[in-house]
Amino acid sequence: MSVAHMSAHEREEIETEEQRALGFWLYLMGDAVIFALLFATYAIMIPGTDGGPTGKQLFELNNAAIETALLLVSSMTFGFASLQVKAGNRGAVLLWLAITFVLGAAFVFLEVREFAGMIAKGAGPDRSGFLSAFFTLVGTHGVHVTMGLLWIVILGAQVAFKGLTLPVASRLHRLGLFWHFLDIAWVGIFSIVYLPGLL
Amino acid sequence: MEHETGHGLRSYLIGFVLAVVLSAVPFWLVYTHALPPQRTLLVIGIAAILQVLVHLRFFLHINFTTTPRENVLALVFTALLLFIMVGGSFWIMFDLHARMAL
Repeated sequence: MSVAHMSAHEREEIETEEQRALGFWLYLMGDAVIFALLFATYAIMIPGTDGGPTGKQLFELNNAAIETALLLVSSMTFGFASLQVKAGNRGAVLLWLAITFVLGAAFVFLEVREFAGMIAKGAGPDRSGFLSAFFTLVGTHGVHVTMGLLWIVILGAQVAFKGLTLPVASRLHRLGLFWHFLDIAWVGIFSIVYLPGLL
Repeated sequence: MEHETGHGLRSYLIGFVLAVVLSAVPFWLVYTHALPPQRTLLVIGIAAILQVLVHLRFFLHINFTTTPRENVLALVFTALLLFIMVGGSFWIMFDLHARMAL
């Protein structure tokens, strides 16, 4: 559909959605700054273990690898959902959103289990500066993913009840930006926290 | 920015395969200790930067032709901010660390 064939109203609507996409993009850039500073804080706090456990004693490579795989596959399945939005295929959108949700939920489950195990071992965020920085950085990412899951449920309901209207499609687009962004933040986490910690 | 249909299934699949390779290599190096730690750290860093670029290009579809200028400008400005803030933090903290050791 070319711009010339649209009504003034449709054009206005698309313009609004584009402004929203830019606004959301600016929010993500702000979020990137937050994550970068948490990364910097973490990197500086690595030696601050106060005689407590280090990353090498606490981290598990397998757990980090499975979490990485879950999030990466979920990023791709969200991409498939986005393609089905364009194709106007409502059922397939819901299916891919559901698969993305399950993968994301499995990620959060593994992270919560890791945190609980560390706290049970006396390696909670109150143990040392290193662990405070670890829980803040990885926990902030985990909270983002959890919010993303909630958002998937809400938009899934909107797709089911309202259909793939222009506003719903545009919300799905912004959720996609958010979800892919979280995978980028995770690349930073496994490359700065887990892998160097286990070296 | 998502109204063009230039980036279809292929884009996501290429991005996925590249991301898998760029994750598997550093994980494998840490798992096997095939390289000395300094070298492994270097590979982890390079693979991470490349993977971020892969995600931006193939998952977020950022490019210099169809992505609106403002979005690219915001991204470049953010990269500059990150460089100043993260680089500055390290500069200050490592300098302080060196002075404390004197």
